[in-house]
Amino acid sequence: MLTALSYDLAHLIGATVLMAGFALLYQRRLFAVLNTFSFQALALAAAAAWQAHIQHAPHLYFTAAIALVFKAMIVPFALHWLVERLGIHRTVETALSIGWTMIIGVALVALSILLVLPVTAHSAALTRESLALAMSVVLLGMLMMITRRNAVTQVVGFMALENGLILAAVSAKGMPLVVEISVAFSVLVAMTLFGIFFFRIRERFDSLDLNYIETFRGDR
Amino acid sequence: MNHHPLFAPILWQVLQIVLALATAPLVTGYVRWFKARLNGRRGPSPFQPYRDLYRLTQKEAVIAHSASWIFRAAPYVVFASAWLAACLIPTFTTNIFLAPAADMIALVALLAVGRFWLALAGMDVGTAFGGIGASREMLIASLAEPAMLMITFSLSLVSGTTQPAQIVAFVLGGNVGVEVSIGLALAAMIMVAIAENGRVPIDNPATHLELTMVHEAMVLEYSGRHLAMIEAAAMVKLTLYMALIACLFAPWGMAQPGAGPEGVLVGMGSFLGKLWMLATALALFETAIAKMRVFRYADFLGGALLLGLLATIFLYVSEAV
Amino acid sequence: MLIVAALSALPLLSLLTIVWGRGGAVHGLVYAGCFLSSVALVAAGLDHLGTQTGGAPTLVLPFGLPWLHAHFRVDNLSALFLLIVNVPAAAASAFAVGYSAHLAERRRVTPFYPLFLFAMNAVLVGDDAFVFLVAWEFMSLTSWLMVLADHRRDENRKAAMVYLSMAVFGTFCLLPAFGLLAGGGGDYTFASMRLHSLGPVAGPLVVLLVLMGAGSKAGLVPLHAWLPLAHPAAPSHVSALMSGVMTKVALYGLIRVLFDLHGHVGWQWGAAMMVVGGVSAVMGVLYAVMQDDLKTLLAYSTVENVGIVVIGLGLAIAFKDDGEKSLAALALVAGLYHALNHAVIKSLLFLGAGAVITATGERSLGALGGLLKRMPWTGAAFLVGAAAISALPPLNGFVSEWLVLQSLFKGPVVPHWAMKFGVPVVGAFLALAAALAATCFVRAYGIAFLGRPRSAAAAEAGDVSAGMRWTLVALAALCVGLGAIPVTVTDALSVVVQPLLGTSFAVSSDLGWPFLSPVSNTRGSYSGTVLVMVGLALFGIAIALVHRMGNNRMRAADAWDCGTPEDNPATQYTGQSFAQPLRRSIAATVFQARETVVMPQPGDDSPARHSLAMTDPIWNGLYLRLAWLINLIADQVNRLQFLTVRRYLLMMFCTLVFLLLVVAVRQQQ
Repeated sequence: MLTALSYDLAHLIGATVLMAGFALLYQRRLFAVLNTFSFQALALAAAAAWQAHIQHAPHLYFTAAIALVFKAMIVPFALHWLVERLGIHRTVETALSIGWTMIIGVALVALSILLVLPVTAHSAALTRESLALAMSVVLLGMLMMITRRNAVTQVVGFMALENGLILAAVSAKGMPLVVEISVAFSVLVAMTLFGIFFFRIRERFDSLDLNYIETFRGDR
Repeated sequence: MNHHPLFAPILWQVLQIVLALATAPLVTGYVRWFKARLNGRRGPSPFQPYRDLYRLTQKEAVIAHSASWIFRAAPYVVFASAWLAACLIPTFTTNIFLAPAADMIALVALLAVGRFWLALAGMDVGTAFGGIGASREMLIASLAEPAMLMITFSLSLVSGTTQPAQIVAFVLGGNVGVEVSIGLALAAMIMVAIAENGRVPIDNPATHLELTMVHEAMVLEYSGRHLAMIEAAAMVKLTLYMALIACLFAPWGMAQPGAGPEGVLVGMGSFLGKLWMLATALALFETAIAKMRVFRYADFLGGALLLGLLATIFLYVSEAV
Repeated sequence: MLIVAALSALPLLSLLTIVWGRGGAVHGLVYAGCFLSSVALVAAGLDHLGTQTGGAPTLVLPFGLPWLHAHFRVDNLSALFLLIVNVPAAAASAFAVGYSAHLAERRRVTPFYPLFLFAMNAVLVGDDAFVFLVAWEFMSLTSWLMVLADHRRDENRKAAMVYLSMAVFGTFCLLPAFGLLAGGGGDYTFASMRLHSLGPVAGPLVVLLVLMGAGSKAGLVPLHAWLPLAHPAAPSHVSALMSGVMTKVALYGLIRVLFDLHGHVGWQWGAAMMVVGGVSAVMGVLYAVMQDDLKTLLAYSTVENVGIVVIGLGLAIAFKDDGEKSLAALALVAGLYHALNHAVIKSLLFLGAGAVITATGERSLGALGGLLKRMPWTGAAFLVGAAAISALPPLNGFVSEWLVLQSLFKGPVVPHWAMKFGVPVVGAFLALAAALAATCFVRAYGIAFLGRPRSAAAAEAGDVSAGMRWTLVALAALCVGLGAIPVTVTDALSVVVQPLLGTSFAVSSDLGWPFLSPVSNTRGSYSGTVLVMVGLALFGIAIALVHRMGNNRMRAADAWDCGTPEDNPATQYTGQSFAQPLRRSIAATVFQARETVVMPQPGDDSPARHSLAMTDPIWNGLYLRLAWLINLIADQVNRLQFLTVRRYLLMMFCTLVFLLLVVAVRQQQ
């Protein structure tokens, strides 16, 4: 009974991460997006810590700490600073209306449930649920990258996607630490890359709207 | 103690009919008082709404020349439908006479009756403000009502019933764990409750700024006893939604059929406790958040609807269905 | 016998008008005759349902094609639809006694009206494909003639054109469907179709063809395009029948084939019907809420309600295929109940619209307003109809939607993923449709009947004559009655469902008579009766309390309007402004609604202008493209007219060789 409850709690935290993914799609203000992202990372840290507790896997505490310090604090602060520093336009520029994005988001969740169910038909419902949650978070992150024009929101979308991967990693038992560190590193690298990228776009086009890159490439 | 089998349900039902009416102004008054405290004001006493209602009934009612009988009938219909809905939700015991007369769907529809009449009354005088209020109220309802039905859907998939009393019995029977779906449904429910009661961020119960008001715009032409009825209906509705959240998502402490007077007393105490917690949470939430633009309502409530849908879909992953 | 007598009276009445149509009195007489004959048919239907012997009287008449007699049969399903058709028909006829006097073009309507009634009833009692199809066509044709009654208006001519092509399309689908049902034997009686089992290709093909054929007549999206054009174009009593009744005859065709003649319909079709129904429901009401013409609004609302019925039918098919018989019974009862309710409500609303047109000469919401004070009876009856169609308890519309929702909530028991995921989505659609319907009718009623009159015609309106008023009031009373005693109605419907599904609808009896609790008594229950009684008691207590405790004085004054009252009625909310929030949040994507406001510069005294553009996605996306395609093909085919003799001979030769080839190949097999 206790284990059932603890797994339920794990799923509830996973669902919070997913909800934060939806909330990211819902926001219209850049700073609200960053705050929501930081909340998502917080939920992720909680998920990792809880998994560490119930799986008796102390290395997951390390993952939780990375998520907490790096993703919930440093990255949002850095992005916040970037936005202020560069004077980026503070509303989220959408390629698709918020309503439609959310409807597609729900469809994606349904899709990931449909995908996960047959694959894991023989494994326990507990794994199924975490896998479905994680996959939904990944897909929502991708959706965010597609439907939001501004480069900052794209970075956030990319990192939300990473959050989904980490959620999957911590939910599966016996995941070695190596993977998490690599995941964390990739985030760092992406962060650095995007940071440089911002400056470059800013220098050259005086805007962060990706449409300008397309114009430059000669697509339009 | 050999009473007729209907004796206890009818007794508790009558008690609830009285209780629903008696506690509602206090809940609203408490929320106002606590919000004032949070804002650093002293605020009127939590019992002020009782005095307000009494004062309004003592005043003369003014009716516009262009108003029809709908304008005069609507306050009573709105009030009676809210009151009736409040009587149907188990609060301190599930052993109430009217429990099988309406399930969640009927409850949603019953609240729609009040809204239908209120919106018509808003349009009856033929002023622009009434129209604004009615139009916005119906926009909110168009999305909040489906969200509520989706919540009902997911709860009925978990518990196998749409009857609040039976849902309570199911939950108290220990048949349900902490499901993701129930969490999602709770989130959606809170969003719906905020919208339906015209609270911040959808509507501001204290505002009289023309461009932002919804509920107040509809009832602008009312005065005297009619206004008292409408105000009382709004108070009952707020309490009703709190009772509904408590009943569906936190039924602990509620007395079941067969429980003696002690059980009912415990139920009563826990119900009042839950009301107090929800009212406090509401005041805190309203103080912390800002009102949103009218055209974001659709996103907010569409979000609630989608949450309800997600709650249903997620049941397929967990073993609940 | 009663049915035969009543039915044969109808063509005679038509003859009467053709002969003596010039005289004014004869029109009233004919409508009175139609009323009596409809009442007789209602009595016959009730009698058949009430006796519950399950017997189905049959009749064979020696006419029709030389080798084929015309077969007639009245079973429980027919009897139910006799009620659904003839209750509104009686009301419309009674209404028309007074209403037809106001019609300029009544000589183009009255002769066809009895024939229309005759045709609809004949569809219901026909027991072979021949009678069914001939009556079906006759029904389309007579109604088409009445749509064309006011042919001087351009939009009516367009409506008639679209209607005719869709009717032809429908028959074009139904004809091969019945051919396939009959099979190679060529026996077109329904009795032999029941025995004939369909192959793996023919089975689904029949379902598809019937869905398209009957679905287009019923107005399912995307085949609904003719409906909002044609229904409002006819005079109101005919609109009431077309919207309230003819769509039900189409649903009868759907039920007859899918549940009776067709041996086995797969759950996939049920799921598909659910989705089509859900989309129809939402799209129908979204269109309706944007309309400014009262009758067009009502016609679009018909699309919505037909969608709701079809959701019920689709669920019943899915449950039936899965072996969940009692749930199938629940879903089918829900669908039939809603069909009955909608027939009553929609005829009430259309006749109410007719009364409004009689009194004001206006159909546009923008020219109405304040009618409740001027037409108190019509206004009150229309209010009941508006509340009923918005699915508000305790009226009838709510009970059937409650049943549909209850069966929908049981949908996930069907163990297919398409159903498990489809059902919640359809549920969301249905819930959205129900809520938007309330918005739609608050808007329609609030603009037309409340507020201040927006035109002189509305200001000078008076209530219609007593006969018309009483018809409306009787229909409104029926709305209340059908909602207050749901268990009695579901018991009657259970008799209908029994032979189709092999099981009856179980109202669990643990809770006693006034409680409707399908499936089981803990699953969810509703009692309109108890709710009404307690609600009225609370209503009374509230009034008594306030009046005893408080101040009874009342003073009439000018509207306060936040201190800035404005006398001009144009300052009220209009239909367009009421719909604006919905337009901006939903229609902006669905209908590409675009609003432009031109504000004059300061100092410029020209008025500000607001303009609105909406596009119909289905009309533009489907029909116009189809029309373009047909034109393209026609252009190509047109060239065939200008060939040389040698080329014509070549074509014939090629055709001949091709046919010979076909014969040769078939002989090889």
